[in-house]
Amino acid sequence: MQFALLIYHSPEEFAMRKNDYSDPHLGAWRAYYKALVEAGVYVGANALEVPETGTTVRLREGKRRVQDGPFADTKEQLAGFIILELPSVDAALEWAARCPGASIGAVEVRPLAPEAMRRGFTG
Amino acid sequence: MNGSNQEDTHRTIERVARESYGRLVAYLSANTRDVASAEDALSNALLAAVTAWPRDGVPQNPEAWLLTAARHSFIDHVRHRQVADASEPTLKLLREDSVEMTLSAEFPDERLKLLFVCAHPAIDPAMHTPLMLQTVLGLDAVRIAHAFLISPTTMGQRLVRAKTKIRDGGIQFEIPQERELPQRLDAVLEAIYAAFGMGWDDMAAVDQRGRDLSEEAIWLGRVLLELMPKEAEVRGLLALMLHCEARRQARRGPDGRYVPLLEQDSQKWSLPLIEEAERHLAEASSRGHTGRFQLEAAIQSVHAERARSGRTEWAAIELFYEQLVRISPTLGTRTGYAAAVGEASGPEAGLTVLDGMDPDDVSTYQPYWAVRAHFLQRLGKTSEAADSFDRAIGLAEDPAVRQFLLRSRG
Repeated sequence: MQFALLIYHSPEEFAMRKNDYSDPHLGAWRAYYKALVEAGVYVGANALEVPETGTTVRLREGKRRVQDGPFADTKEQLAGFIILELPSVDAALEWAARCPGASIGAVEVRPLAPEAMRRGFTG
Repeated sequence: MNGSNQEDTHRTIERVARESYGRLVAYLSANTRDVASAEDALSNALLAAVTAWPRDGVPQNPEAWLLTAARHSFIDHVRHRQVADASEPTLKLLREDSVEMTLSAEFPDERLKLLFVCAHPAIDPAMHTPLMLQTVLGLDAVRIAHAFLISPTTMGQRLVRAKTKIRDGGIQFEIPQERELPQRLDAVLEAIYAAFGMGWDDMAAVDQRGRDLSEEAIWLGRVLLELMPKEAEVRGLLALMLHCEARRQARRGPDGRYVPLLEQDSQKWSLPLIEEAERHLAEASSRGHTGRFQLEAAIQSVHAERARSGRTEWAAIELFYEQLVRISPTLGTRTGYAAAVGEASGPEAGLTVLDGMDPDDVSTYQPYWAVRAHFLQRLGKTSEAADSFDRAIGLAEDPAVRQFLLRSRG
């Protein structure tokens, strides 16, 4: 069963990204990634740019609405995601707790939609 | 009634609730096996107390008052639940019981039976501790869910399911027969220790819930000892928990940094707790039968010795671990054994023990990688050490431990 760990950062944590790439914070993420791969649960992951770089598009009554910034105006913003192959949500929560992002921001665990539905999207 | 009296009354209710919760739930559910209804009835009684006691004063026997109120609520509840059907025998039982009840304010302590029910082999082992925390201590599902890293809804559902099984699954409220007692008692001890360990892992939590859970576990350990004063392992478990608890103040530096056991300032350890632990351990070993918890307590006792002697007797620790691994070869004890061997006989020897463990077993076991990294570092194998440090860092949940390992990794 596949789960997405959706990683939400506070503005402070986004700010940490501006530090150089040898800082210990990054070391924690690197180590976490290594642990996921070694445990054989890693499927894929990616990080997103800071929320200010986002642009949100809506079509309403045939008109385009374009807005600077992310979809939702909340303090904690989506910063990246990790997809894991795991036997249960309990295991997914355990990995979420180990995620360096959990101790500053938050990590949401969400199962991927059933494979049949995903295949429906991609044809 | 003035404000401070009212405060006193509320404190009394809290205290009685804490001290009597398990006793009342155990007594109310011992005959009916309906733990969930007993809990509901008791919370109604506690709610009634919050209104009645500040108004009428605290009753002379608060526990008996709560029991009477809970019993009424219980009978109402059962009556509302379609009297005609299977609940009729329950109702009859309760009514008969209440006659005897009015004769005496004393009622039997059924908590031991309740503890054995919670850790019954027919109940999912993962639910033993949550059940105990809820039924004996009255912790709510949300708090238990936090500690167990499970969503509160899921934890609530699992608790309900387990209680239904207790009610309908023919699980008896009884002290196990002598023949099966050791095994059944083990399950109870395991469940209490799991609660304690959870409190420790959770120490970093800012909301203090970690601290609370360790305290709750020690409370459970004390209750169990009161009920089974002759069981050596019960004392062993209590001694173990007290030894660990004694070091709480020393586990973090002033800046919140994680301080490993060997670097802790032993002056910060709590002497009264250590002394209490030592008393229980001595009492336990005088009973002859040595079990897992006594061995673990003995290991902690050797560590505690450092407060007096200034040094750690690793050879003794290695010896205790050797016995421990023989009777309880878990990942934790085997890693602990490796650590002791490494300290007593050098990092090479420690690594050899670690190499003997199954790679699949250890792939997500954080302490294994931390110990391994430490030994490799001492041997000057820098790049292998860094790899192991990364595994340990990646598996760490406590941010303070993660920072500590990142600093050690260099």
